[in-house]
Amino acid sequence: MTYQPQKDFGTPESRSDEAVSLTIDGREVTVPAGTSVMRAAAEQGTSIPKLCATDSVKSYGSCRLCLVEIDGRRGTPASCTTPVEPGMVVRTQTPQLAKLRKGVMELYISDHPLDCLTCAANGDCELQDQAGAVGLRDVRYDVQATHLGQEKDHSNPYFDFDPSKCIACSRCIRACDEVQGTLALTMESRGWDSKISAGLASDNFLGSECVSCGACVQACPTATLVEKKVVEVGTPERSVVTTCAYCGVGCTFRAEMRGEQLVRMVPYKDGKANRGHSCVKGRFAWGYAQHQERILKPMIRKSISDPWREVEWDEAFAYTASELKRISDKYGRNALGGITSSRCTNEETFLVQKLVRAGFGNNNVDTCARVCHSPTGYGLKTTFGTSAGTQDFDSVEDSDVILIIGANPTDGHPVFASRMKRRLRGQDGRPGAKLIVIDPRRTDIVRSPHIEAQHHLPLRPGTNVAVLTAMAHVIVTEGLANEAFIRERCDWDEYSHWAEFVSQARNSPENLQPVTLVDADELRAAARLYATGGNGAIYYGLGVTEHSQGSSTVMAIANLAMATGNIGRRGVGVNPLRGQNNVQGACDMGSFPHELAGYRHISDNDARSLFENDWGVTLDPEPGLRIPNMLDAAVDGVFKALYCQGEDILQSDPNTAHVSAGLAAMECVIVHDLFLNETANYAHIFLPGSTFLEKNGTFTNAERRIQPVRKVMTPMNGLEDWEVTQKLAQAMGLDWNYSHPSEIMDEIARLTPTFAGVSFARLEEVGSLQWPVNADAPDGSPIMHIDGFVRGKGKFVVTDYVPTDEKTGPRFPLLLTTGRILSHYNVGAQTRRTENVAWHPEDLLEIHPVDAEDRGVKSGDWVKLASRAGETTLRANVTDRVAPGVVYTTFHHAVTQANVVTTDYSDWATNCPEYKVTAVQISASNGPTEWQEEYEALSARSRRVETGIAAE
Amino acid sequence: MNSVERLVHMANQIATNLATDAAPAAAVADHIQTFWDPRMKKMIFAHGTDGLSPVAAAAISLLADAQNGS
Repeated sequence: MTYQPQKDFGTPESRSDEAVSLTIDGREVTVPAGTSVMRAAAEQGTSIPKLCATDSVKSYGSCRLCLVEIDGRRGTPASCTTPVEPGMVVRTQTPQLAKLRKGVMELYISDHPLDCLTCAANGDCELQDQAGAVGLRDVRYDVQATHLGQEKDHSNPYFDFDPSKCIACSRCIRACDEVQGTLALTMESRGWDSKISAGLASDNFLGSECVSCGACVQACPTATLVEKKVVEVGTPERSVVTTCAYCGVGCTFRAEMRGEQLVRMVPYKDGKANRGHSCVKGRFAWGYAQHQERILKPMIRKSISDPWREVEWDEAFAYTASELKRISDKYGRNALGGITSSRCTNEETFLVQKLVRAGFGNNNVDTCARVCHSPTGYGLKTTFGTSAGTQDFDSVEDSDVILIIGANPTDGHPVFASRMKRRLRGQDGRPGAKLIVIDPRRTDIVRSPHIEAQHHLPLRPGTNVAVLTAMAHVIVTEGLANEAFIRERCDWDEYSHWAEFVSQARNSPENLQPVTLVDADELRAAARLYATGGNGAIYYGLGVTEHSQGSSTVMAIANLAMATGNIGRRGVGVNPLRGQNNVQGACDMGSFPHELAGYRHISDNDARSLFENDWGVTLDPEPGLRIPNMLDAAVDGVFKALYCQGEDILQSDPNTAHVSAGLAAMECVIVHDLFLNETANYAHIFLPGSTFLEKNGTFTNAERRIQPVRKVMTPMNGLEDWEVTQKLAQAMGLDWNYSHPSEIMDEIARLTPTFAGVSFARLEEVGSLQWPVNADAPDGSPIMHIDGFVRGKGKFVVTDYVPTDEKTGPRFPLLLTTGRILSHYNVGAQTRRTENVAWHPEDLLEIHPVDAEDRGVKSGDWVKLASRAGETTLRANVTDRVAPGVVYTTFHHAVTQANVVTTDYSDWATNCPEYKVTAVQISASNGPTEWQEEYEALSARSRRVETGIAAE
Repeated sequence: MNSVERLVHMANQIATNLATDAAPAAAVADHIQTFWDPRMKKMIFAHGTDGLSPVAAAAISLLADAQNGS
């Protein structure tokens, strides 16, 4: 298709149910009440000239270009600020209006550079379009004073700011305020001196509070804010709608292309997860896709001490299949296994688990959700009956109380955080929702412009269950439970048992305060607010799951939601914020060793025989190994071969020394990835992967939304990832003949009741679908458990607080907790290979001023971070964002390897690692640790390629 | 810790967290049956009850009995 920007209706959509009919230029149109005349005109295909209006922000009425005439009204009102009325008769083109508009445009152009032919926005500039639309032919003013000739701000790595081209429409400021919610931009000065400013006059864009989400660039009608890539290569000539490959929000983008070159990723306004918004990662950080360090040829080696040897695909598949067969023959079929990735599509993930179950002949398949949201699977399946969040993202618009626990949405899920912040700020006279944050750190959302949490409970890491049980104690003992809901929807006996437990004096906030360090009065107030404040919605992240009681915490959350009746309608619910783009999908696809697609246990004869009949094989009815179990079995010498697609377990999994020992003990480690990642240091076979831009498939986001991923360019490595898995399966003798991922989805739908109505054709038609999609819900299920829980009656589970075995003491007196930062994603393999390093070039250790002073540490000092598992060095950032006794870092940089320090303690139910609690000591340091030096040397050795040129 | 020690730790951890269940040993046995691979089960059966909490030990006995068909 030829390039067209998405249609701009000028003002936001009205949500009113009331319809209003009016006449515009002789044609009748019916729109919802509250719609602007401008939007009504746009909906009937009439384009009213405009500059300061765009449909992502509220109308402003400053440019005076969108004037119209309305029968019975004096003057020429602005159509953007005039709501429709029944029977209204509007004229958008009259001689009087033409004269006025031409006069307005003349003034604008008198103070705008006339360099259209060499301007980056040439052909994609609203000012240029409107000058044409109003028929401006000359400018009569001989202007002495202008705002031209100002210095450009090139500081942001992704976009330029040219103040000389600014028409002072404030669209960027309003987008930052209303869409992103950062409020970083302002209009400085007046008249000719008016200038958009990112913070203080001394700030440039990079140094300001701007989070580089791109909303301002998107809103700008000229080339004042423009992508550097557009400046470099020109405007796009076509676009393809696809899904972002970063976090679990799953934003829809238009990949705007010139030939096979990606020019820019623009958030798609019809994307139901992001509603036209984006963050710095999805919008800009895609340069890794063409990074010079990408490996494009398969490589093999006998031993990890050998250099890599590049081979053709055929040799790689034949060699891989022969190695897998050799190992299976020698050690038995259970010596083989595979890991699927939340960064890969549903179809790719499905094929990897199928290869393991049907090809390897065992159930040794696991996914990276093991180390993030496996407790969500266990906890929500136990209490509600299915392993998924209960709401769509739109639901937050109807929330009255938002409870965030163990999640940092402004960094981890920024686009949803912006929607959440919009609800917290309130809008159009509607008061904002109330906010409760349970987190050891004072995350940005606790206090940010126009937002302040009513309650921040800065708990001691590892005491989530105690805090939630104390909240339940308050709700039950103060008579705030919704007994009518519980009687109707839950098992009353189980509730009574649970209520009796939480009511015990030992579970009171006062009694637990010494354990949790949370002020009892504050906790009581938070519990009362959640129970009585209207629609209460809980959002949680890895600060809940990555604990020794991760599954218990998920169930404690579910208990609270059921006890207060906050389930089964808009505005409420239990919402896991998934870390990676396809965590939900990878879990849905049967990636866990005990479950087939659709969360059916492998021992379930009916489910298993369905797959056996379809695949023509016999499946092992016993569960297979989880990732940590695979590593243990490898160290024990019985697990010998691993196919690892799109995962970097050496960097992302806990206790790096144990992971490396497990990998080193294997005879065949197959890494299928874009780059020679850290795991590849221990690999014998490297199969180059394709990026999300190079393949077709689907991702399923945190709201169970299945969305298409569309190929916009030819894979640089020659094959899409599903083709690689298929060719490997064929080399192993499996008769697989998929010609397109749509056929894989057809198989998934055939075998998975919750996906029964999903197909590529249907997704093409409706854009996205939220599972379950079946005969009962042919259009999908935005909200779950509406009339009853999936499991029948909701199950209350007693969750007794059990302290972690990871204890502080004299040698390790501080608690380390880990997390993410906005500009980076997971192990950083992608974002470290983009300009995002401008914001976060290294992992830093946050430490409270008191703890820092005790150790003589200042911000910027190198410190040694040591635990019982290992030690690393990094630089300190002294801040009171963390409580005394708590330190925090991110795990984005391989040089730091924060997981050298984390232990292999894990969730009792799922083995999800306890990343969030490690007893550590901090001391001054003047250089890398022995581990870091040895690892650096190993990496250099391991990445040698026979050509003599280091691959990284 | 080595693999057997880890399995003992895991079994005890499961037992502690399911202690409030109406039938804790059965719940622990069911959990292990559902999530552990056959080799892990075999290893803990072979290990015996050393280091296991009473509930975990009872669960392992239940499982071993079921496995042996008794």
